[in-house]
Amino acid sequence: MSASDVLIEPTSHGVNILKSAAPILVGIALAVGIQFLLPSTVGPYYSRLVIDAGIAMILAVSLNIVNGMTGQFSIGHAGFMTIGAYTAGSITFYSSLLIWGTAAKHGSFLGSGEWMFVIACLCGGITASIAGFVVGLPSLRLRGDYLAIVTLGFGEILRVVLQQTGKVVDNAETIRNAPLTTFATVPVGGAIGFDGIPKYTSLFWVYAFLAITVIFAYRLKRSSFGRAMLSVREDEIAAQAMGINTSRQKLLAFITAAFFAGVGGGLLAHESGVIISPKDAGFQRSFDYVIMTVLGGRGSITGVMLAAILLSALPEVLRDFERYRIIIYAALLIFMMLSRPQGLFGIHEIWDFFPKSWKTLPWKKSPREEAR
Amino acid sequence: MADFLQTLMTALAIGSLYALIALGYTMVYGVLKFINFAHSDIVVLGAWLSYSFAIRALPLVGLDAHNPATPPPIWMTAGIFVAVLALCSLAGFLIERLAYRPLRRAPRLNVLITAIGVSLLLQNVGQLDFVFGASPQKMPALLPNWELLRIPFGQGESIRYVVLPLIDCIIFAVSGLLMLALELLIFRSKFGTALRAVSFNTDFAALMGIPVDRAISLTFMLGSALAGAAGFLYVLKFPSMNQPAHSVWVLLGLKAFVAAVVGGIGNVRGAVLGGFIIAFVEQFGAYYISSNYRDVYVFSLLILILLIKPTGLLGSPVREKV
Repeated sequence: MSASDVLIEPTSHGVNILKSAAPILVGIALAVGIQFLLPSTVGPYYSRLVIDAGIAMILAVSLNIVNGMTGQFSIGHAGFMTIGAYTAGSITFYSSLLIWGTAAKHGSFLGSGEWMFVIACLCGGITASIAGFVVGLPSLRLRGDYLAIVTLGFGEILRVVLQQTGKVVDNAETIRNAPLTTFATVPVGGAIGFDGIPKYTSLFWVYAFLAITVIFAYRLKRSSFGRAMLSVREDEIAAQAMGINTSRQKLLAFITAAFFAGVGGGLLAHESGVIISPKDAGFQRSFDYVIMTVLGGRGSITGVMLAAILLSALPEVLRDFERYRIIIYAALLIFMMLSRPQGLFGIHEIWDFFPKSWKTLPWKKSPREEAR
Repeated sequence: MADFLQTLMTALAIGSLYALIALGYTMVYGVLKFINFAHSDIVVLGAWLSYSFAIRALPLVGLDAHNPATPPPIWMTAGIFVAVLALCSLAGFLIERLAYRPLRRAPRLNVLITAIGVSLLLQNVGQLDFVFGASPQKMPALLPNWELLRIPFGQGESIRYVVLPLIDCIIFAVSGLLMLALELLIFRSKFGTALRAVSFNTDFAALMGIPVDRAISLTFMLGSALAGAAGFLYVLKFPSMNQPAHSVWVLLGLKAFVAAVVGGIGNVRGAVLGGFIIAFVEQFGAYYISSNYRDVYVFSLLILILLIKPTGLLGSPVREKV
């Protein structure tokens, strides 16, 4: 019997693929359910809030990969989001103009326009992850506060550069006849922002992408790869001494986090009533996501999701006190840091707080019974 | 040549303002090892307090508060300056006492988040109607509009003047004096020795009988007084004041912070050096390349310097232990 025979596992691969795809399938089924049931039950206002919360969750969970899991404190996350938003927005905007002659929404649910929008979001994610690689490079030399400052500088540079871009060209004929110099100035709206992006973002797409993001983040956290990231967070030098390639872990954390942030940005750009503008890249928006991550607990995916929901709902709850909204928000933040500095859940997930008997499903035998 | 000299003089004045603000960042970082994001809001507080004081004080000497024909007497300007310094250091003391002291043993990230919270709180409380309001204002002139120097360059039609206004000189002189006083305080006084001991190792300093809490409070008060002075001088130079939460103020604070990092955060002389470097890069870049990208020069320089020398120009390398 040769060594290779021993290594072959007897289980069928088909079952494994189904097993690993199941959560995503369930997530997508849930997203379809939300898409068709929610607007008719709670109305457009709350549906819109649910979309906002979904995008906030995507961004907070992705930031959690860098800040929470790898411990690289980054305050430039909105920069990745904005790169994704501008890339995805310009792809759908200019392709719709060239294909259909108008930048209006094309096709209904899962129509041709929507597929273009999804591909554009993924492209946004890819561009953002390239930026994530570039921004992650300094993390190999800098740590702690210095890295935070560099990521902050990245967001601010991006903001200024976006302010210098050219005017949006919103006419198909003009684009066809325009000299190449029109595109040298990158026509994405300059300081006033990129307006007129077709509005494709729906509950389905937000929650489908959220499901993918969360399942990815959760599996990453449980994998040996994610464990290596967690060890970088706990003690970088010790992790290095244990043979972990900390540089690779840090860079990959930046790249993956930026990818999902870019996708989230793409979703945000196509949301109705939203104009993507340079100031979205600035550090004030990045702070929003940092605050979500910290309130939720660094490394706790469900905690961060809960914090994202709370913080996107809070402005609406406090709408009547518009003037005092941010004051209350800031006071809450300080109070939270003074009273529970590890965040809502610390490093735990939400089900770690459930009673033990909930964890095993009633029709399943507990491990102890199985052993018997 | 005229343009060069003029840019140089502006850069010197702005550089000393950045240096004043950067000193506060660097002192807090040196002692407590965290970025006090609320520091830039003390600058705003100083600026708006000077406005509020000026508006109330000018009618006392029979001047139109919003548009004085002549500047008020010098004792009044000095009085406003001292009052602003006092109130700003009180604010710094309170912030440290209420928000940061309870977190002395917490992870740095939590203190950083608290600082962001304090900053948001100060900005938005400042915007309330019964505090400073949310509309821009114009600072009345507290100093005479003199030109100390007016050097002509060139001949005939192409003649250009290099002008040195009084306010630039005052900024340079006041900030220079304050920095000198701080330098003496830190390196020549008993308090400064205590401060440096706390900065070196808080626990050992406490064991040696240094009142750590008092030293940290004093650090905050000193830093905030410098920030208040910077706010006062800033609005004298640029009288159109933005509302307290405006991004212009945030950027001013960020650039001063970048100055502290470039010079080597935690190093007092580095902060001054960094302040001037940042101002030079910003002013010369804005004049000779393009003023659209003035923030880009500053932040690119920051990233460049951090990549070459991660602890800043005058910072000492950090030894890491497992």
